[in-house]
Amino acid sequence: MPNYLMTVVEPSTGPGLAPGQLEQIMKDVDVVHREMHDAGIWVFGGGLHPPATATTLRPRDGDVLVVDGPFAEGKEHVGGFSVIDVPDLDAALAWGRRLALATTIPIEVRPFYDTSA
Amino acid sequence: MPAPDVERVFREHYGRAVAVLVRLLGDIDAAEEAVQEAFLTAVRRWPTDGAPPSPAGWIVTTARNRAIDRLRRESTRADRSRKAALLRADDAPQEGGSVPDDRLRLIFTCCHPALSTAAQVALTLRLLGGLTTAEVAAAFLVPEPTMAQRLVRAKAKIRAARVPYRVPTEAELPDRLRAVLAVVYLVFTEGHSASSGDRVVREDLCAEAIRLGRLLAELMPDEPEVSGLLALMLLTEARRPARVGPSGELVLLADQDRARWDRALIAEGQTLVRECLRRNQPGPYQIQAAITAVHSAAATAADTDWRQVVALYDQLMAVAPSPVVALHRAVAVAEVDGPAAGLALVADLDLPRHHLLPAVLADLLRRLGRAEEARAAYDEALALAGNAADRAFLRGRRARLG
Repeated sequence: MPNYLMTVVEPSTGPGLAPGQLEQIMKDVDVVHREMHDAGIWVFGGGLHPPATATTLRPRDGDVLVVDGPFAEGKEHVGGFSVIDVPDLDAALAWGRRLALATTIPIEVRPFYDTSA
Repeated sequence: MPAPDVERVFREHYGRAVAVLVRLLGDIDAAEEAVQEAFLTAVRRWPTDGAPPSPAGWIVTTARNRAIDRLRRESTRADRSRKAALLRADDAPQEGGSVPDDRLRLIFTCCHPALSTAAQVALTLRLLGGLTTAEVAAAFLVPEPTMAQRLVRAKAKIRAARVPYRVPTEAELPDRLRAVLAVVYLVFTEGHSASSGDRVVREDLCAEAIRLGRLLAELMPDEPEVSGLLALMLLTEARRPARVGPSGELVLLADQDRARWDRALIAEGQTLVRECLRRNQPGPYQIQAAITAVHSAAATAADTDWRQVVALYDQLMAVAPSPVVALHRAVAVAEVDGPAAGLALVADLDLPRHHLLPAVLADLLRRLGRAEEARAAYDEALALAGNAADRAFLRGRRARLG
């Protein structure tokens, strides 16, 4: 079955979460993740530390430059992701919808290349 | 047997053939290619050999055989498994067309919510309508390379993201059907708006939308909104001959020569509206169709049953409230209770950057004898009106204020 990457699109600026809100989100996301496991579609995933913890490696003239920070500073960044294994986009979107409601922020659904074909 | 008009067979059966082949091949590009090859063969053979007994079945069978030939030539591993699937597909229709579900599957794939509306419209016209990329581009006033790229991208997404080729489940159907109906109505209104561009191509768009509407009504006879949309399009199309004056200017409903309305289309639309009403599951398209039917039933503008129109707009506001609907309702109220009553309703509306609001306001003020304010409202409407016909109409009205 093909895999889909579900990226959690986190805003980089703006008001933070209210007290208790993060705990609720973690709980809700956990429920969805557990159901993904139970449905046998879960491949891999997790939450990421903030972009400031990133290190970017840029190839330059045969060498590689080590740069402190993410590959792009944007209004949004990847907050985490899940990889799921489902038969088609409708199935992926159905799970993505649940993740969007649980995380309260956008979820980008993107297909992996199908290497089996 | 005389050689049939391949062009006519193409218009009638292209979408059906592509739909069957997409199911058999699992790929839109391969399906289009196979069907186009089959039609090319038809163009070569039918004039001399005569037409086959079932042109539609012949096209599907020929396309399927062409696809198998092609896969034999280009056999990679993936192709071989596809070929095996093709050869197993003994449900491939041989005579007399196809399983109707294929076209329904194709419509739902073309109008999948993961595709942009522009892509949905382009795919639907291209794959189900059989319009060429150039025709779709011309209809939407987009350069052909832009439209070609839009189609390529949409098909690539369908393939890569695996947009499924199936009719949605009952739970998904209301949402998904809404998207399909919106695409068909958008094609129709684009053709009907006559905003600019080639008039002929645009009339083709109306015809194509009605053809798609008829197809949907045939494939989903139990969906009242499908019938409602078809009725709305038929009743609107019926007025077309009276809608534009000799110099291309817009003629308002009240001023139209009703003798020029298409009686056959009106009768068909009204029958559909009556059937919808009996089912008692009203939706926005059915109600709009019913409103149009009330107008169609009036021998003259003065005979219009405006109370009925207001009642229907009340219903429409209940199921699909919007400032535009509220504006139309205010116009109807003005006919029943006078322009002052209409004006009171219009005053509260928030419809920025839309010429319709100041245009209606201007008309109500004119009827109340408030010429100075009416003139200012016409000016505002003129500044906002996008297309030439609308502007010409507004200028004429403003000039008549004296």
